[in-house]
Amino acid sequence: MRRFLPNLLRLATLAVLVVFLFRPELFEPLLKPLVQANAPAIYNQGSLLSLTLSHLATVFAATLAATIVAVGLAILVTRPIGAEFLPLSRSLVNIGQTFPPVAVLALAVPAVGFGEKPTLIALFLYGLLPIFENAMTGLSTLPPAIVEAARGTGMTGWQRLTKVELPLALPVVLAGIRLSVTISLATATIGSTVAAKTLGEVIIAGLQSNNLAFVLQGGLVVAVLAVLIYDAFSALERVLARRAGRG
Amino acid sequence: MIEIEAITKRYGDTTVVDDVSMTIAPHTITVIVGTSGSGKTTLMRMINRLVEPSEGTIRIDGADNHAIPGHELRRRIGYAIQGHGLFPHRTVAQNIATVPTLLGWERRRIDAKVEELLSLFQLDAAAFGPRYPHELSGGQQQRVGVARALAAEPNILLMDEPFGALDPVIRAKAQDDLLAIQRHFGTTIVLVTHDMEEAFHLADKIAVMDKGKIVQYAAPEEMLVNPATDFVETLIGAGERPFRLLSVGTTGEAAEAGTADGEPLAADASQRDALSALLWSGRDALPVVGADGEPIGRVTLAGLARRAARPQ
Ligand SMILES: Nc1ncnc2c1ncn2[C@@H]1O[C@H](COP(=O)(O)OP(=O)(O)OP(=O)(O)O)[C@@H](O)[C@H]1O
Ligand SMILES: [Mg+2]
Repeated sequence: MRRFLPNLLRLATLAVLVVFLFRPELFEPLLKPLVQANAPAIYNQGSLLSLTLSHLATVFAATLAATIVAVGLAILVTRPIGAEFLPLSRSLVNIGQTFPPVAVLALAVPAVGFGEKPTLIALFLYGLLPIFENAMTGLSTLPPAIVEAARGTGMTGWQRLTKVELPLALPVVLAGIRLSVTISLATATIGSTVAAKTLGEVIIAGLQSNNLAFVLQGGLVVAVLAVLIYDAFSALERVLARRAGRG
Repeated sequence: MIEIEAITKRYGDTTVVDDVSMTIAPHTITVIVGTSGSGKTTLMRMINRLVEPSEGTIRIDGADNHAIPGHELRRRIGYAIQGHGLFPHRTVAQNIATVPTLLGWERRRIDAKVEELLSLFQLDAAAFGPRYPHELSGGQQQRVGVARALAAEPNILLMDEPFGALDPVIRAKAQDDLLAIQRHFGTTIVLVTHDMEEAFHLADKIAVMDKGKIVQYAAPEEMLVNPATDFVETLIGAGERPFRLLSVGTTGEAAEAGTADGEPLAADASQRDALSALLWSGRDALPVVGADGEPIGRVTLAGLARRAARPQ
């Protein structure tokens, strides 16, 4: 029963989102009061579904790249040979985080042009830090007895990493990816200022035409996506942590 | 056979293991004792090269242990530690299968081995194999840890305070299991412990370490009779000597011809247990039976008293 209610809520939220993306006109009566007469209540300058999908694709690609680089760096600096790169790696990912995404966009456009690319770069840089810090924590706080046992059984460095260290650090790494994805989902909306196909388009269109309904539906879709994805990651982390006897 | 030759380990300016030489005979149990920080763990870990020595060599069956890469060496040497170090994300069966899997054994051979070891340690394979370590009791985890160390049938088993965390009942059981397994496989065992009772119960030879040096390396009886230094004497516990002497021998060895009334004693029980049974039952003699239940004689209070006295 304790599990039942939250799960029902998740399912209902997902269902409402899917219905809204496929048949937004059904929600017109709800949004109508927010707009002046004659103005459209449902975004009409493109398909909400395809914007959502390309929004997700952009976030997914940027997070995947950030994960590969951040986890790779964390693995490198937690090996004896890479330990000296730790301060350098830390500064690099910190710069990525402190540099505002808007500024990254402004700098990236002259270099790579308008469209998805500057957004990908901004999201990638912005997403590095949480993943890197969590992967560092996960890999450097493993129980010593277990790391010792892995050496004692005759695993090579690579085998220890892939069979013991990464699986045990996985829940913590996932928590980092979860933070990064959530931030990126929201941040991706500003990509529309440089012509990336994201849900930011809906919000910007609403701002330009003073259409509160547009702003609201763009913002809500992003928020619901973020909540659902955050939730799914948390659930996965719990399962993995319980498996590893830490739950 | 393990030949340790003039091995030294330094961390910075401190010498942790200081010019230690000793030869460990095959198929025996060698127990290393000594105060905390005396270098026992370090010495043991130089055998499987978890620690690299600063000086000296260690030969295993005649071959320098640096002749093959460290990870290959460690697959041939079982290693069990206090707190077991089981992999929490792997089932009991997968944990035990670790080294055989690394060695590329066939699936069926691995499964058979896992089952054999689990039943050897009195754990039901069907019930315990699929469990995760955190679903076991401490004693069960410890046994799985030892089973994992034994899985690839190593000739050598290194054990660092393996029974440290166990309650007295389970500890006694684990020690008897270990003796049975050692006889079964003929494994050469090197074991570190703080428990002198355990040391005298298990050891063919005892090595006493103090400040990085071996101060005495001898059979238990020899050590009781001729402790090399005051330190050894203190460690053994002078007041315990007669009882330690008795705990080294079996009741079968002390059996005399003749018969007696009362609850029979097993021939492989220690003489100390026999003395305890005699005192508790208030009798002067008790019968001794072999493993098959056949009477083989009797033990007497007087006989045990002679054995507990300082040898002339
Ligand atoms: N990696 C290391 N770096 C520096 N000093 C170390 C290291 N490992 C061990 N030592 C020191 O070496 C000494 C011996 O350690 P060791 O673990 O061999 O002792 P021990 O006899 O096993 O002690 P205990 O009975 O407490 O387990 C200790 O003083 C310890 O602090
Ligand atoms: Mg130790």
